[in-house]
Amino acid sequence: MTAVAAEGVWKFYGDYPALRDVELHAEPGACLALIGRNGAGKTTLLRIIGGFSKAGRGQVRIFGNDPRETETRRRVGWIGHGISVYDELSALENLSLFGRLYNLPDPHKSAMEWLERTGLERVKDGLVREFSRGMRQRLAVARAFLHQPSVLLLDEPFTALDDRAIAVLQRLLREALAEGRTVVMSTHQLREALELATHVALLNRGKVAFHGERTPQMAADPGWVYAHYDEA
Amino acid sequence: MREKLIYGLGIIAAILLARDLYSIFMVLPDEASQGMIYRIIFFHVPAAITAMLCASFTFVTSALYLVTKNLKFDGISVAVTEVGLAFLAANLVTGSIWGRIIWGIWWTWDARLTSALVCWLLYAGYLMLRRAIEEPTARARISAVFNIFAFADVPIVIFSIKWWRTQHPQPVFWGGGSIDPAMYLTAVLNLVALILLAVVLSLIRLRQEEMQREIDSLRRYAHAV
Amino acid sequence: MDFIRQTLVIARKDLRAELRTKEALNASLAFALVILVLFSFAFDPSEKETVDMSGGLLWIVFAFAGTLVLNRSFAREVPNDCLDALIAAPISGSALFLGKALANFALVISVELVSLPIFGIFYNVHWTGQLWSLLLVLALGTWGLTVIGTIFSALTVNIRLRELMAPLLVYPMLIPVLMSAMQLTMQLIAGKPLGGENEVWLRLLVAFDVIFTALSLVLLETVLVG
Repeated sequence: MTAVAAEGVWKFYGDYPALRDVELHAEPGACLALIGRNGAGKTTLLRIIGGFSKAGRGQVRIFGNDPRETETRRRVGWIGHGISVYDELSALENLSLFGRLYNLPDPHKSAMEWLERTGLERVKDGLVREFSRGMRQRLAVARAFLHQPSVLLLDEPFTALDDRAIAVLQRLLREALAEGRTVVMSTHQLREALELATHVALLNRGKVAFHGERTPQMAADPGWVYAHYDEA
Repeated sequence: MREKLIYGLGIIAAILLARDLYSIFMVLPDEASQGMIYRIIFFHVPAAITAMLCASFTFVTSALYLVTKNLKFDGISVAVTEVGLAFLAANLVTGSIWGRIIWGIWWTWDARLTSALVCWLLYAGYLMLRRAIEEPTARARISAVFNIFAFADVPIVIFSIKWWRTQHPQPVFWGGGSIDPAMYLTAVLNLVALILLAVVLSLIRLRQEEMQREIDSLRRYAHAV
Repeated sequence: MDFIRQTLVIARKDLRAELRTKEALNASLAFALVILVLFSFAFDPSEKETVDMSGGLLWIVFAFAGTLVLNRSFAREVPNDCLDALIAAPISGSALFLGKALANFALVISVELVSLPIFGIFYNVHWTGQLWSLLLVLALGTWGLTVIGTIFSALTVNIRLRELMAPLLVYPMLIPVLMSAMQLTMQLIAGKPLGGENEVWLRLLVAFDVIFTALSLVLLETVLVG
């Protein structure tokens, strides 16, 4: 069963089509890099896949189901532009909160586990507003992975990450992919993304200009896809 | 096609209004206790009824938008709400003028006037809310939900204020008092005329709204290129 | 039951976050005090007049001070994009709404419970005569206030001039609640018991609470997602 599928997706802002007849899919274990220029529709598409907004036409399916269904949401992890954790709570409180929201059997234990895996166990009781940028981002990553999602949706995850956070994220993503989880990430940071990607999709003004496997050539020359498929 | 509808309905409304104005000023006699000013009721009451019809109508179209996500219903909602708001304002102003002549005061916090004012504030809020949201789809969704809340509040507002104050004269047309058939006919015809006028104005406003949407999307195209 | 559990998770989170900073709570309390003081300058009431005014004054205080707390409800989810995390979580819109409403209710009513004795002292009014009835009216009126404030906080979470818009939209909607609560409060403080001709206001309060709680529970998901 396809992990993530977009079928004939259109998205309108008023009468203006931000997404036009988008067809793409990702199988379990795949890492799909969604690339394209600013305004191409990457974030719009990703947010529809994540269930934050609805397609005007067409549909998105995650393991065959609507993204808004409760069971589907349980299996999806999201990292957007913001870190989506609460400044006034501690790292541990934040993760425990999300553990409980996701109905984990032992929220506290899962929270501690993921604090360790992202190198934050020593600041577990510190308030997030006192964290450095890199620490905040690692906590965001912990929050997204906490409930062992089968599908990870990441919106430009490598932007504004420090080196340590990039290393943590890449390690966790590789482990997740090895476990058969699916990753869809939109990105400008071609090099980091193409290292992990198994598939690439290029969006141009709301349309899919290219969708296929990542080739060694792409990894060697990140601009290759743009050069060959992106219209001016 | 719609042009013809607008003109057609407009002409019928104009004819009815002309007939009514003639009747109101030339034919019908002065009312027993109020004298000349009572004639304002031929506009005051139908304006309120028209406004209420507009509110009910937009409640339905707002719900329809939420169900179908078709922006056409959003356009109708805003057009009819604006027109309804104008008629409600007319109701408030005519009521105030009447009160000044009969009671000597421009305003009084009686049940009907207060309810009308509060309802006016509610739906004015709808228009203000729309102005604060730029993106058309979000604007349509948020204002549709607001419209549903506002409409649910209207009967509660009317009820509560009615229990609270009563200085308004008893209803002329439904109060059980007897009324001259000629006056009743004129009032009903005026109601029809005002409703037709509301439809015409809504259609005109709707067309403007659709053009605005088209311009919006062209602008976005231009920015994207 | 999942629904109840998740509602409580959200309620606890909101309460914990607010109690840690106490920003909205302090502002609300300060505002209530300021209004109470200002009104005593604006009017120089005799004892009888104060009792007549009590309902109106108290609920104006509660409405304005309460709005400070209620507006924060969804506004607090905007920094860091926390609202996204809540939308993505497997929690129903109803549970999210109810959790926030419960937390808000607790916060607003605590401000009110502090304001009441202060009112009694400043204005020399005996308000504990029919305490339980008064508390009932307080609860019903505050719930109406809370429900509208919370759902409108969600409605306006992403719009321009949110701090300005939300109160402007909320106050006309609240007129029936405030009216009923004012009437009942005034009568209770004046010594008249609930029931009889008062009952009409009580029923209005309950009807308002039921209708708008139901609407909000159903429509929150639509407001946030579409």
